[in-house]
This record gives sequence, C-alpha cells and structure tokens, in this order.
Amino acid sequence: MKVTFPHMGQAYLAIKGMLDDLGIEVVIPPPITERTLEIGTKLSPEMACLPLKINIGNYIESVEKGADTIIIAGSCGPCRFGYYGVVQKEILKDLGYDVDMIIFDPPDSDYRAFIERIRKLAGKNSWVNIAQAFKRASIIVKEADEMLDIALRKRAREVNKGDTDSRLYRFEREVWGKYGSQEILETIRKYKGILSQVEEKPRVSPLKIGLVGEIYTLVEPYVNLHIEKKLGYLGVEVYRSITLHEWVKVHLSLDVKHRMRHKRILRKAAPYLNLCVGGHAWQTIANSIYYSECGLDGVIQIMPFGCMPEIVAESILPKVYQDYGTPIMTLVVDEMTGEAGYFTRLEAFVDLLEQKRRSKADEYKESLFRG
Amino acid sequence: MNTKKVFLGVDVGSVSINVVAIDQGNNVLGKIYVRTEGKPIQILKKAMEDMASMLPVGVEIRGVGTTGSGRELAAVVVSADVVKNEITAHGIAALTFVPDARTILEIGGQDSKIIILRDGVVSDFAMNTVCAAGTGSFLDRQAARLNIPIEKFGELALKSKSPVRIAGRCAVFAESDMIHKQQMGCSCEDIIRGLCEALVRNYLNNVGKGKEILPRVVFQGGVAANVGIRKAFEEALGYEITVPEHYDVMGALGAAILAKDYVSKGHKTKFRGFEEILKKEFTSRSFECNGCANYCEIVELIAGDSVAARWGGRCGKWTRTNQTAEKRSAVM
Repeated sequence: MKVTFPHMGQAYLAIKGMLDDLGIEVVIPPPITERTLEIGTKLSPEMACLPLKINIGNYIESVEKGADTIIIAGSCGPCRFGYYGVVQKEILKDLGYDVDMIIFDPPDSDYRAFIERIRKLAGKNSWVNIAQAFKRASIIVKEADEMLDIALRKRAREVNKGDTDSRLYRFEREVWGKYGSQEILETIRKYKGILSQVEEKPRVSPLKIGLVGEIYTLVEPYVNLHIEKKLGYLGVEVYRSITLHEWVKVHLSLDVKHRMRHKRILRKAAPYLNLCVGGHAWQTIANSIYYSECGLDGVIQIMPFGCMPEIVAESILPKVYQDYGTPIMTLVVDEMTGEAGYFTRLEAFVDLLEQKRRSKADEYKESLFRG
Repeated sequence: MNTKKVFLGVDVGSVSINVVAIDQGNNVLGKIYVRTEGKPIQILKKAMEDMASMLPVGVEIRGVGTTGSGRELAAVVVSADVVKNEITAHGIAALTFVPDARTILEIGGQDSKIIILRDGVVSDFAMNTVCAAGTGSFLDRQAARLNIPIEKFGELALKSKSPVRIAGRCAVFAESDMIHKQQMGCSCEDIIRGLCEALVRNYLNNVGKGKEILPRVVFQGGVAANVGIRKAFEEALGYEITVPEHYDVMGALGAAILAKDYVSKGHKTKFRGFEEILKKEFTSRSFECNGCANYCEIVELIAGDSVAARWGGRCGKWTRTNQTAEKRSAVM
C-alpha cells in the first residue's frame, strides 16, 4: 500500500509524519504547479469548485509516482466539500485508475465505520501507536503554523526584502527529504529559529490586514496566489483567521477553552447571521467583526469561484463594513484568475488603507492643536 | 528667468498610452493620447518624443510617475520615481480636480471601475472581472460595424426618440441582439441609444453592485467622451454627472501628481531624460524557467546592454533582481 493525499498548505508535513510513524509508505504529491491545475481542470466537471480540481491534479500526479491508495477527509456540512471524496472516487474510476480511496467522514454518528477505516489504513498498529502518531501530527500542525506566523510578522518588517521567503524556500527543500514526525518537527523548530533571526526594521508599524474566507483558499498558497507573500511585499502584516491548527483545535482536539473562544467569536455575527450556512461563511462574518474590533486596518475575504457559503457571506460583508468602518475587500479565485489584476487590487486596497490611516492621524493631530 | 519645474505622468493601458506634463500648480502643460497598438515600448518612446517637442525649451523635469497595466514596463523605460496602480492614480486625479467628488465612474479601453471616495480618501472600489461588455473596445467595435465614427456615436444616441432595449449582459449577446434589432428595421439612432442604456445598466449591476453611489459623480476614462453614455448614466442615477476637462488622461494626471508629492518630500528624480529614452535601445526577450513544473515564462527587458527588469516568475526567484520591485518598496 502506497498512500497519498491531496495538498492543503502545510498539511503534508503532519500527514507524512503520521504515516511514516505508522510504517505506512507515503507518496507526497508533487508541489502544486500549473500542470497540477491543468490536469485537474481537464478531468473535472467544469462547474466544480477549484479545490476539487486541484485535488484531482494531486491524485493523478501522485499515482504517476506509484501511489495506489488515497486518503481524504469528508464532511457532512452543507457545502460541496461533503461530496468531494465520493465524486473524486467516481472520476478516478471513470478514468480507469485502479486506486483505493479511504474517506474519513467525521464520526458524528457512525463510529464503527470510522474505526474500520482507520484500521484499514493503519494495519497492525496498536491503538496506542495510532493515538501517539496522531498526537505528534497535531504538534507538527501547531508548530508549522507558528513558523508561518513568524514569517508573517517578519515579512512586513524585514530589512532586506525577500529574506524571509528565501529562508522559507530553504525550509521546503530541506523538509521534503525528512522521515518521521521527529525529523520533520526538528526541521520546523530549526527553521523557527532561523526565521526569528531575520533582521527587522526598528520602529515600524505596518498596516494590518486580516484574511477571512474559505479554508482551502486561505491555507493553500498556490490557490490564493501567494497572498501572504504579496501583502508582505507591500509591507503589510497579515493575520489569518483560519489555519490548519485552528481547524484541528476546533474540530479534533479536546481543547475546551479554545472551543469556547471560537464560539464567543462566532456569537459576534449574530445580528447578521446566526447559524452555519455551510463552509466557513459564519466564521467569515464573525472574524471580520472580530478583526474590526481589534483595530486591524482592513479585512480581505478570499473564496473560490462559485463557493456558495462565501457568496452568502460576501453579500453580508458590506453591512459589516457600514457598521464597523473597517474596509473589506473580496477576492475570488479560480483557474482563470489573472495575476496582474489580482495584484492591482491588492495594491489599491493597501493604498486605500494607508490613506485612511494617514487621514486619521491628521485628524488626531488637529484635535491636539484644538484641544 | 528661473526654469519651470515640470512633472510627468505616464499611463500605459491596454488600448492607449497617455502622457501628461503638469507644473507645480497642477496646470496641464501638454497631454498626449495615443493607441498602444500592441507595441507599448515603441509607442511610449514616440509619445515621449512628442511630449518633449510640446514642452517649451528649458523646462526641468522634476519627477515622473507611471500607472496602468503596463506601469512596470513604463517605469523601466522612463526610469520612474513612482509606480502606482490605476485605482489610486484615478482617485488622486479626481480629488485634485473635483475636490467634492464622492463617486468616480471610470470606463477605459478594456476595463471599467468604480471608485468610492469619502472625506477625500478612497474608501471602496471595484473593477470589472470577467466581461468586456461596456468597455471602450466594445463600443469601438460596434461603431466600426455600424460604420459610424466613434466620435459621432454619442451625438447620434441623443437624437433617438424611442430607444430599443438591447440585452447588455454579455458583449456577444449584445451584438447579436443589435443585429436582430437592425433586421427588424429599428433606426440606427434608437439602437445606439439602446446600447448606451444597456451598457450603463450592465455597469451599474456588475461593477457598481452594492456600492453607494452619491453625488458628486465624476465620469472619466476614454468613454466619458461619449455623450450618449453620459446621458444614460444621468438618467439611471438621477444625478448630474461631471466630466473633468482632462477626463481622458486622468490616470496619467494622477501619476504625475503622485510623482510631484514624492519629489516634494525631498527625493531627487531618477528620470532618464527624454534624449536618453529615445536613444536607448529597449528590447525584450522571453524564456521558460525550468526550475519547477510551473514552467513560468520569464520576460526580460533589456535596456542598452544590461537587463533592466524581469517579470513573470511565480516564485520570486527572478523578480528578486528586479529593479522596479526594489523601487516600489522604496516608495512604500
């Protein structure tokens, strides 16, 4: 059995670590490139959302490297993601690929099927082993996100433009050849140190932008056209509302304190939307309000073209802007997105926030003179 | 006699290249509007030559700014002090010439945008994303098809007594609907008027969706010359529309104003000088990077015998040596 999985940001580090620890052979899909998207677009229904297409591209590229089993998470939420595993299975079957697909739906009611699937994947490993491997994987998720957070802070402040990203690039190269959660974790920790040493400009107070929106587009840099990097280049400090670590904490861990905090933020959306309408629409609204209250300069919503839950959120966000006064911009990505227009919008948005900050500072100065 | 201080603004768009020169009081000393014709470098050089001949002898260029989709390219060719996106440039220009503006409708060759201004700053904006219906290129094409000079298009629309309804949702459908109405025997004026109304409807429903359009409304971009569209906007919005004197070169004007602000902060201009722009040979060549499976097409712009800039890489490996990228960060 050679197992593969779709890419989603840094998730491959944790999945690889976990499967290595369980002694399962893994094929990491090659990094997402133009070719991945091309394969996915060709083989998927045209109306499918972008993540599905990229998943398909990942599978095919992994199968080319010898993978024969695919694992993917499922979902019972009212969003198309719930059908991903099943539809993808059909697509691959129609194409004549002889691969096995193990779909991990959340074990809301059917624990038995869930356990059976884990057994199928983990083979003879003891439950203690499985639990430990899972625990170590969640530590990888946590530390990898901490590493990215350092990068977000550094990019906005680095003295030599590009320092942070060249270090991250070196990390990606180095971690690719590691085996087992221990080695992967060590590499992450090493690079956390290396990234912390990026020289910062003294006394800068960069613009702060919060990212909200659909989870896959937020987490996978290829899909959001490296928005964090681009904003960092424009001197902006980025805050991410949804990360893999956040998702794990809310859905898979027993961190009650964090779950309560999550719910407290969700409650902020109550005047606008007070239930889950699928995907992360609820979180998008709640986090936009939360960021406004925290005093961030702006909020950017990102979603794949045709994402129903996020479209619901998009139509509510102008009201949030009206009530809270923090500018919000929506960006939609799909396989047709042109990079130039995307960057123009980001640049214009950053200019807008800068002007706004300056005029606020002027007002403050004036009030000092008057008072 | 002291020399006059002049600031240049260059807007390299998909359809036209605009160059303006202003003095310190934002008075326009000269403006040039030429078609890009797919050869931005040559046409830009020619436009610069025309501009040089238009300015009185002895003026001193103190700063230069570029904008438009070709802003990076133009920045390398003229060696610009400021490189800015078109939204900011248009916003600045409108606020300078129409200080009480609260909404800008901008329709250019291949894109259209709406910019919302509040208290003298840009507070919201949107650009058309997918469709070219309602942009200058489409109007151009329809005018050519009906054999009407584009300059007469708007006037003809005003002559219409009973406009027909044209489906303006999509450029292709609009065209076939126009042909259909023609075959039905509708008069040319009525069809053109109908088209103007359809385009305005389309603009307000797509680009202007969810935006609060408040007076004063400024209409700029090449299409603002079209009185038919102007009238249709006034009817749809119920406000009077202001078309600034230099509506067709507002982007370039914004870039010039931004260059002026930049230089006034004590920076010295990097402008190459007209002669050197004309003398210098600019060539571009492209190659495929084999670093990963993206196979990015990298374009190199060569000025004289050295590489002036590179574009096109996704990973940033090639842009790291990009001078314009450094310049931009210097401006920020």
